[in-house]
Amino acid sequence: MELTNREFWTFIHGMVLGSLFLLAFSGGLAGLYSLRPEWATSEGIRERMTRLRYGIGLMALIAWGTVLTGTWIIYPWYRENLSEVGEDRYAGCEGLQVPNEDCSPRDFLLSEVSGDTESWHTFWFEWKEHVAWIAPMFATAAAFLVFYYGRSLAQNRFLRRLVIWLFVGSFVTAGIAGLIGALVTKTAPIT
Amino acid sequence: MSMTAEQGEVKPSGPAAAVILAAGVGTFALGLFTTMNEASSDISDFLRFSDDVGPLSGKTIISTAAFFVAWAVLGYIWRGREVAWRPVLIATVVLLGLGFLGTFPTFFEAFAD
Repeated sequence: MELTNREFWTFIHGMVLGSLFLLAFSGGLAGLYSLRPEWATSEGIRERMTRLRYGIGLMALIAWGTVLTGTWIIYPWYRENLSEVGEDRYAGCEGLQVPNEDCSPRDFLLSEVSGDTESWHTFWFEWKEHVAWIAPMFATAAAFLVFYYGRSLAQNRFLRRLVIWLFVGSFVTAGIAGLIGALVTKTAPIT
Repeated sequence: MSMTAEQGEVKPSGPAAAVILAAGVGTFALGLFTTMNEASSDISDFLRFSDDVGPLSGKTIISTAAFFVAWAVLGYIWRGREVAWRPVLIATVVLLGLGFLGTFPTFFEAFAD
C-alpha cells in the first residue's frame, strides 16, 4: 500500500490524531468519573492521578495537533481553486464523480456535478472548520485543572464535575468537527 | 463554592478560573471574527494572514492568541487569589454560547456583506 503526501496527512489528521483523541477522552472520562475517595484508596487515587495527568495532557496536545494539521496542512488542499477555466468557475469538475487534480474537494461540492452537494461546503464544512477550534481551548482548560488541583479533585465533587464538563465540551465540539470531516471526505476526498 | 477543609487541600481558585474564562474569551473571539469576516470585505481581507488558508488563518490565530493572552492576564491578576466561581462560570457560558453561535453558518451568513 502506498500513500500520497496528501493521503498521508489526511490519515494523520483524521485517523491517527482522531483515534488518539477518542482513546484519551474515553480513558480520561472513566478516570475522572471514578476519582472518588469512596471508590479508591489513597494509593489508588495517586496511581489514577498519574494516569489522568498523562491522559488529559495528551488529549489537549492532540486537540491542538488536530486543528493545526487540519487548518494549515489539509485545508489549503481542500479549498484550492482549480476548476476555473475562463468564465466557467467549475469547468474542471465537469463529469467527475470524485475530485481530482483539476477539481478540488470544495470546487467539487460547490459545482454539484455529482448531485445536491453544495450545502456540504456552505453549511457543514463551514461549521466544521470553525467549531473545531473550540475543542483545544477547553481541553487545555481541563488539563490545567487536573494538573493544578491534582489529588484534591478526588475530594471535591464540584471541581471534578467542572473538569468533566470542560472535558465533555471539548469532546462534543471535536466530535462535531470529526463527524462532518468524515462525511465530507466520503463525498469529496482529498486526492 | 470554594473547597472546605474536609474536602481536602485548599488551593486558590484564581488560576483555575483564569483558564476557564480565557477559554470562553477565545471561543467568543472565534465567533466574533467569523461573523465579522462575513459582514465586511475589509475585515475579511485583513484576516487573510495566509493566502493558502484564507481568512480562517486570521480568525484562528486571533482567537488562539485571545485565549492565551486572556489566560496570562487573568492568571496574573488572579494569582494566589480566591475568585467566586459563579460569576466566572456564568460569564464563560455566555461567552461560549455567543462564540458557538458566531461559528454557526446560518447565523454568520445572515451578516454577509
